[in-house]
Amino acid sequence: MTLIHKSAAELAALIASGEVSAVEVSRAHLDRIAEVDEQVGAFLHVAEDAALAQARAVDARRAAGEELGPLAGVPIAHKDVFATTDMPTTCGSKILEGWRPPYDATVTRRLREAGLVILGKTNMDEFAMGSSTENSAFGPSRNPWDLSRVPGGSSGGSSAAVAAFEAPLSTGTDTGGSIRQPAAVTGLVGMKPTYGGSSRYGVVAFASSLDTPGPFARNVLDAALLHAVFSGHDPRDSTSIDAPVPPVVEAARQASVEGLRVGVVNEFSGEGYQPGVLARFHEACALLEEFGAKVVEVSCPSFRYAMPAYYLIAPSECSSNLARFDAMRFGLRVGDDGTRSAEEVMALTRAAGFGPEVKRRIMIGTYALSSGYYDAYYGQAQKVRTLITRDFTAAFEQVDVLISPTTPTTAFPIGERADDPMAMYLADLCTIPANLAGNAAISVPCGLADEDGMPVGLQIMAPVLGDDRCYRVGAALEAAYRDRWGGSLLEKAPAF
Amino acid sequence: MTVETLTSYDQALTRYEPVLGMETHVELGTASKMFCGCPTTFGAPPNTQVCPVCLGLPGSLPVANAMAIESTIRIGLALNCSIASWCRFARKNYFYPDMPKNYQISQYDEPLCSDGYLDVEVGGETIRIEIERVHLEEDTGKSTHMGGAGRIQGADYSLVDYNRAGIPLVEIVTKPITGTGALVPEVARAYATELREVMRSLGVSDVRMEEGSMRCDVNLSLMPRGSSTWGTRTETKNVNSLRSVERAVRSEVERQAGVLDAGGRIVQETRHFHEETGTTTPGRSKEEAQDYRYFPEPDLLPIAPDPAWIEELRATLPELPSTRRRRLQAEWSLSDLDMAAMHNIGAIPLVEQTVAAGAPAADARKWWMGELARRANESGVALSDLAITPGQVARVGALVAEGALNDKLARQVIEGVLAGEGDPDAVVAARGLKIVSDEGALSAIVDQVIAENADAAEKVRNGKVAAAGALVGAVMKASRGQADAGRARALILEKLGAS
Amino acid sequence: MSAITRDEVAHLARLSRLALTEDELDHFAAQLGVILESVARVSEVAADDIPPSSHALPLTNVFRPDERQPSLTPDQALAGAPAPEENRFRVPRILEEE
Repeated sequence: MTLIHKSAAELAALIASGEVSAVEVSRAHLDRIAEVDEQVGAFLHVAEDAALAQARAVDARRAAGEELGPLAGVPIAHKDVFATTDMPTTCGSKILEGWRPPYDATVTRRLREAGLVILGKTNMDEFAMGSSTENSAFGPSRNPWDLSRVPGGSSGGSSAAVAAFEAPLSTGTDTGGSIRQPAAVTGLVGMKPTYGGSSRYGVVAFASSLDTPGPFARNVLDAALLHAVFSGHDPRDSTSIDAPVPPVVEAARQASVEGLRVGVVNEFSGEGYQPGVLARFHEACALLEEFGAKVVEVSCPSFRYAMPAYYLIAPSECSSNLARFDAMRFGLRVGDDGTRSAEEVMALTRAAGFGPEVKRRIMIGTYALSSGYYDAYYGQAQKVRTLITRDFTAAFEQVDVLISPTTPTTAFPIGERADDPMAMYLADLCTIPANLAGNAAISVPCGLADEDGMPVGLQIMAPVLGDDRCYRVGAALEAAYRDRWGGSLLEKAPAF
Repeated sequence: MTVETLTSYDQALTRYEPVLGMETHVELGTASKMFCGCPTTFGAPPNTQVCPVCLGLPGSLPVANAMAIESTIRIGLALNCSIASWCRFARKNYFYPDMPKNYQISQYDEPLCSDGYLDVEVGGETIRIEIERVHLEEDTGKSTHMGGAGRIQGADYSLVDYNRAGIPLVEIVTKPITGTGALVPEVARAYATELREVMRSLGVSDVRMEEGSMRCDVNLSLMPRGSSTWGTRTETKNVNSLRSVERAVRSEVERQAGVLDAGGRIVQETRHFHEETGTTTPGRSKEEAQDYRYFPEPDLLPIAPDPAWIEELRATLPELPSTRRRRLQAEWSLSDLDMAAMHNIGAIPLVEQTVAAGAPAADARKWWMGELARRANESGVALSDLAITPGQVARVGALVAEGALNDKLARQVIEGVLAGEGDPDAVVAARGLKIVSDEGALSAIVDQVIAENADAAEKVRNGKVAAAGALVGAVMKASRGQADAGRARALILEKLGAS
Repeated sequence: MSAITRDEVAHLARLSRLALTEDELDHFAAQLGVILESVARVSEVAADDIPPSSHALPLTNVFRPDERQPSLTPDQALAGAPAPEENRFRVPRILEEE
């Protein structure tokens, strides 16, 4: 097996033992990027020099006999929503093209401190708004399973990079499903930690009360290792939880569902769900029972209203969060001819710098917060949020985890939903409730849909700070599938 | 601009009842900003006290300053407010170049403190000003307008310094103040003065109006007498001194009355006060009502102050200015009027410190309200800005009490201290100002004066005691004012056998 | 609740500082109408007695001590500025006073 096909844990072990150098590992991945990324389009920026310098530093530390962290020397693809001092941070938007922040995001800093090698910044839907990366101002990323299809979104560059073996790990942010949905449609593991479990400091905000950084990996243990590296309390983020990180790595190694109570969310089934997705989902349920879990049906009636609530709350917050992109202090400035007013220059810059989906959401949010509409829209959505939290609380009195398909369909063809916002929004149908309530949730691969041969994801939702349960169940399923498939799902991906 | 006819203030008050509202912003004197660790020092070079948070850079997040929360609660307690058991910050959304995020983190319908009051004294009468709310927010940056004479209108462009952006700002809003009639300008000023003293006593802000760390907006409307419907109000900003508060209110009463008398309508607008002219001009006219789209700030968590902590803060509040005044008035046995006079020129803390330095209250009051007030007035400075300390005033008083100085000499000593000649004792020594109390020396002077003024001396010998005055004057003159006049008189009478 | 009018979209664009073209106004009016109609479903649930949630988790009282941290240098602060001048941010003329 070549270096690029190894897991992060394997690479870390090889580097720690001195069998391969961190530079060799990075070189192999940089070569892979050079080879395939023109087709995949996962990266917006490849930081070859910085990556090799970081890899050399890890090798030097090892040579000096320093004890290295569990992922030291392992390359990672970093979503372009995280502030990085040594690379541009654009969020897939023209308005931020070329912007270099004067500071590192907490997640960025922790990756560096842990010795991970940042290969570059990955493509994303502009400001993380979308489910396909088609909303990136710099062109879409493609699904390595089928280059005519989307890799999901918004963290689609991160999912594509890992699925195409350009990196063993990547970071993402999940606001309504932006990690889990792209993980599901590219056959990866993608985790949305408990809200506040990972720091938002330096994450360019989309919707502050929902945004959650999390890991992508090709297996559950790798995801847990990365989760453990960058999560945990951050005094720079007021909403960060001041509690120990749940024992995610131990849980990923435990990999057992014996005696676990698993609830199937009734509401996430039926019309609009692709048959191949439902078939794989039902198989997974059967597999869990086979391995000793008690699988029961659970009703969460308010989940039906999660999507409308989300598409009010997220745009409302984003309309305010994105106000700072005004051409005054940083980023693009358009139309400043010496005669126009600041107000005109702001409006021209924002019109030129934002794509249509961002404009739609800003206007929806502005509308929902306007006097006269606030109560009916934003106010009601916040009440739905309460109801969804109550549904979760009630459900977790009966079961230890909840499961559902991660997304109703497999990866759709590029262009299919590009100018149909409502169709695009459906991709997040099952993932949104966990964002509204702040719960932990993971997507793990559960096979391929018969009708299109594309990956299907299973979502496992756990209570707040119950992140370890997601990994425990995910790892158990992964082990079961490995036996069944004779390897990982990604080995089935067509080469290109 | 339309030319407005003013109605004289007195006439205006015969026809209209003013309704006043005050919105006061106070910059807290915390070491660091409201939501980041940048310093808050006034007057630093541009953009040297900024970071990703207060510049509103993408990805940055606010974390609330605990001291700012504590100071706001202490202000609320000092203003007799209820403290919210749970409240949130909100975002106030509007675009403006000096506001880095294009929203201001403020408080909307959940202020930290609400429903309090502040008693102020006007003309010896106590007026209770009801406080609607006290909330916490962040300050904005500062724009310098280039071209167009430095005014925003007609400027070519602006340069923005964000050092001030994010400094904690407490906003104190009164309920409408009614029934003050012609006293309304004085009430406005008295309120601002009292509020400033409360802030000072709490030590939460340096409340320097000239540096903008305390800023007053004056809301005013006129209600025709006999009506119970309030008129349209204007909001006057840029009122940067206590005197301006008073002038702005007066000017706005006259202007609004003029408009109403001419059959016009008051436009709800923001107006700007101009120091030079003492008048207001219209600012932005609001075509459509501002829609700030307030919503709870998702980046900050709700504040739920522990009731035990609030009680602790309440118990450790310093003595507030009004309480102190009442206590001192009793201690000093002064009338309301005397106390009010002292209060008006800011003499109370000075007298208090002079007493603390050992002077009897009556003496301390006499010097500060007499000689020193006169000198401050003459040179157009505040009493507290005179170059003499309460300790020095106490020493002058002590020298008089010892008999070493008389009042006239004491005034010369004060003059010397103010001129920078040193402490009272140093001035006495340097200027040679000391009462001639040496009996022998005085006796010699008296003898000499009697010899030189034989006519007057004769009259006294013949029982016309009143004629002794001229002799006393001559003694004082001969001694260059340093003789004890009483002693000199006694000696003259004795020597002339008229005692 | 009815769909949104073109004028309302123009108003929203003004409020959000977006200089939209005439074509965009038409296009967005149609799309926003569909979206708003769909999200208006939130009014079907959530009775008066349900408290709204502004945050994902019910945490309170997170403060920082009043301590200074290093600021950026003016060069760092202005590095990304479209028009730095004299260590300040040059901005086009400001029409309205706030």
